[in-house]
Order: sequence, then structure tokens, then C-alpha cells
Amino acid sequence: MPTKVRIPTPLRQLTGGEELVTVTAANVGAAIAEMQAKYPGIKDRLLDDKGEVRRFVNVYVNEEDIRFLQNQATLLKDGDEISIIPAIAGG
Amino acid sequence: MEKHEGFMKALKCRECGREYPLGATHVCEFDFGPLEVAYDYERISKTLTRTAIEARPRTMWRYRELLPIAGEPTVGLQVGYTPLVKADRLAKHLGIRELWIKNDAVNYPTLSFKDRVVSVALSRSQELGFKTVACASTGNLANSVAANAASAGLKSYVFIPSDLELGKVVNSLVYGANVIGIKGHYDEVNRLCAEIAGKFGWAFVNVNMRPYYAEGSKSMGFEICEQLGWRTPQHTVVPMASGSLLTKIHKSYQEFAKLGLVKESSWHIHGAQATGCNPISQAEKAGMDFFKPVKPNTIAKSLAIGTPADGFYALKVMKETGGHADDVSDDEVREGIRMLAECEGIFAETAGGVTVSVAKKLIASGKIPASDSAVLCITGNGLKTLEAMTGHVGQTCEIRPSLREFEAMLKDEEKVAVTA
Repeated sequence: MPTKVRIPTPLRQLTGGEELVTVTAANVGAAIAEMQAKYPGIKDRLLDDKGEVRRFVNVYVNEEDIRFLQNQATLLKDGDEISIIPAIAGG
Repeated sequence: MEKHEGFMKALKCRECGREYPLGATHVCEFDFGPLEVAYDYERISKTLTRTAIEARPRTMWRYRELLPIAGEPTVGLQVGYTPLVKADRLAKHLGIRELWIKNDAVNYPTLSFKDRVVSVALSRSQELGFKTVACASTGNLANSVAANAASAGLKSYVFIPSDLELGKVVNSLVYGANVIGIKGHYDEVNRLCAEIAGKFGWAFVNVNMRPYYAEGSKSMGFEICEQLGWRTPQHTVVPMASGSLLTKIHKSYQEFAKLGLVKESSWHIHGAQATGCNPISQAEKAGMDFFKPVKPNTIAKSLAIGTPADGFYALKVMKETGGHADDVSDDEVREGIRMLAECEGIFAETAGGVTVSVAKKLIASGKIPASDSAVLCITGNGLKTLEAMTGHVGQTCEIRPSLREFEAMLKDEEKVAVTA
């Protein structure tokens, strides 16, 4: 079940400059673990020490914020796309 | 790292304190925390005195040392120093001893407080060598970027939700900006722009230029203090979209106190939202220090940000200053616009209606004591959101050009007045 993950600029040092990587995990939390195995250090950048998504990180599955879905338990299926985006200001 | 530019020292992560060079970057590479400009306050204190400020032109640039550019400003030289109006009639109406309106509905050149942040962001963009500027906007920012970019000879791209008020759309197009309407709400526009900003070498005023941009808001607070006779107000009511303005007003009072330009004293900062988009106010009322994102549905489109980037810090400021938040319905927003117009002759946009009606609630509940003094921040002009009031104000009495018809009309009105 390949899912594409869009990597934001600040994290591309960890992915060797790749802006799009592929994971096969079944949910968002597992996808983060899978990326951590491939790109060590990425988990610490996305999750705080309690394992929650950091305050200033927004994660979207198919353009929907995972906080409106099931957070890290949000299921992934073939062809889904994950975007990781820093929170930005308004107005 | 310690390469000072003007009075700026570095960009610093608000979460972990890591420092970065003064470039076009806005998030900490480590934890995605927002970057903020760090200043050399010791040097600033040597030149920024009340006497020095008072001798300078009446624009926001009179506080230049506390604004994040290296040299002299090149964009928006006339912005700011909008009126602070003593609002006695509205004070009586809302039941408070003293009330002031900081009226950025007449800010130059595009009639909203956004000209403050844009003049800083574009002046800094020029210093960093950008030729194209852009923004994600709920309307006012788009207008300001379009206008100020035009006057500076910069190319601009503005991204807005495609359902914005007509006034705000025309107000961007007229300056020759590239206007891109996104079929979605602001948070979706924002997300797209975050992705675009990483790809093209543009100065996105509220993305990669955000640390500079956001600081421009402080000038509204500096002006309030100076116009009150060099003191901080007891209460300030600020509309919240991303929550950035509220945190910067607080910072402006802190900086003036630190530099001895105002006396150390306590102040309360209150936040106003529309009920149709109230993530920050909901969290404040529930006593939480984090918010839950919402999907916006309100006529106050300029405040319709469901995932407010500075929501966390706005909550912190309200807690630390003993301030409160509240939110109001669309009908109350219109009532707020009418109260301000009928009492003070000021026509604010929907965000202004939000601020006035929330102030009314906070005064009625005693969260702002009736014996105190408050400043309301009015951030945009009603002429840009006419749709919100159309059909909700009185209507024109039409007659032929005849004295008899006019007199008959007056008589009818008297009858109405007597029976009412």
C-alpha cells in the first residue's frame, strides 16, 4: 500500500534532499516509524517527547488535517498522500 | 551568527531558542517552532527616546529601531499613525468609564492594519534581494501586498479563498497583482502556499518572511501608548485570526516598558473571535492552553482561520495578562458594526464588529470592569465588506424632487416615530 509523503523544506536534509518519499505503513503513526527507520532523526522532529505530533507541525492526509481524522491512528490506503507542513500565520 | 543587521541580532526559535542568520526563513529546522527577530535592546535604548520619537514624522517608522529592517525603510513610508479616537458615546452605550478606538480602518494606503506588516515585510524583502512577493490572505493582506508591491515596482502573487467579498478581490486586481482564487477556505490556501513557498524563490510575506512581517504589528501598540500620553492602556481588545496581532500588541507594551518609554504597569489583553471560527476563544473559555482546529463558517472572513498559527501564544498572553476571550454570532457582528458607526461615525469591517461586540460582552460580564479604561483595535474598513451589511441597515427613502413629497415623507416619519 504505497503512500506518498511530501517532505517540507526544513526536513529535506534528513531525506537526502528528497521532497517526496514513499511509505507502505497502515496508519500515520506507523508511517512516521517507517520514515524514522529510513531517515533516522525524522521522528524527533515531528513528535514531542510524549509521542504527540509537535505543536507547530501540521500533518494532512489527502489535504485533511489529521486532527479532524484519527490523528496518528488515521488509516492509510493505496494512493493516499501525506503532507507535513509547519503552521503559518494569517491573514 | 552574531552578524548584526541594523538593530537585529538574529532569528531565534520561540520554542527551543536555537539561533539562525537573518535570512528569509520562518521555522526552526529542529522543532518547526516559529522564528522571531532578536534585537540589541541596549543599543536601541541609546537612540530611541520619547524626545527622538516625537521629533520624527508621524508614521509607524518613528519607532524604526524596534522594526526589523537593516537600513532605512523603502516601502510604505507613509503607513501608520492612525487616529486614536476617544469614544465617549460608545463608552456610554457599552457601559464603561472610558473607551478609545484605535482606528486602522483608515490606515494608509489600503485601509487595514495589514499595511503595517506589509511595509516591513516588503522593505526587508528588498534588502534580501527579492523581486517577487506573495502572500496567502483572507483579503486585507492581499490588498496591501498588491498595492505596496505596485508602488515599489515589485511583482506580486496573492492567494485568496475564491469566495471572498467582491471589494477585497477588486481591491487586489486593480494594482495589477496576479490574484489566485483557491477553491477552499483560508487554511487550505495557507497549506498550499506553504508548499509553494518552498518551491519558488519568492518572498512570501506571511510564510518565509513571517518573522519580519509579524513584527510590523507592534507599531499599532507603540502608537496606542504614545497617543495615550506615553502609557499603556488598562485593557486592550484585539480581534484574533492567527492570534499574531494580539501577541505583538503585548510585545509592543513590553518593549516600551523595558526601554522606559512607558511606566512599568499591568495591562490586560483580551481576544475577540466570531463564534463561527472560535478555536482560540473556545480554548480560553475552557481554561485550556491548546486549541482544537475548527472549520470556519462566519461572515467575519478576515478572521476565518481555523488553525491559528499563533493560537498557542495568544492563549499564553491572555493568561499572563489576566485577559479573556469571547466570541459572537454573525448577528452580533453586524450589531457591533452598527454600534461603532452610529456612536462614533466609524465604519469598520466585520472584524471590527467582532471586536466591538466581544468588548460589550466582556464589559457586561465584568471581565472588563465598568470603572476601567479600554482600547478597541479596529483593523479594517467597512467599505470592503459591504455584503455583510447589505439588507441589514436602513433603506433609502425615495421621492420625486418635490418639496410636497419631502414634507409628506417627514410627516410619515414623525407618525412612525410617535407610534414606535
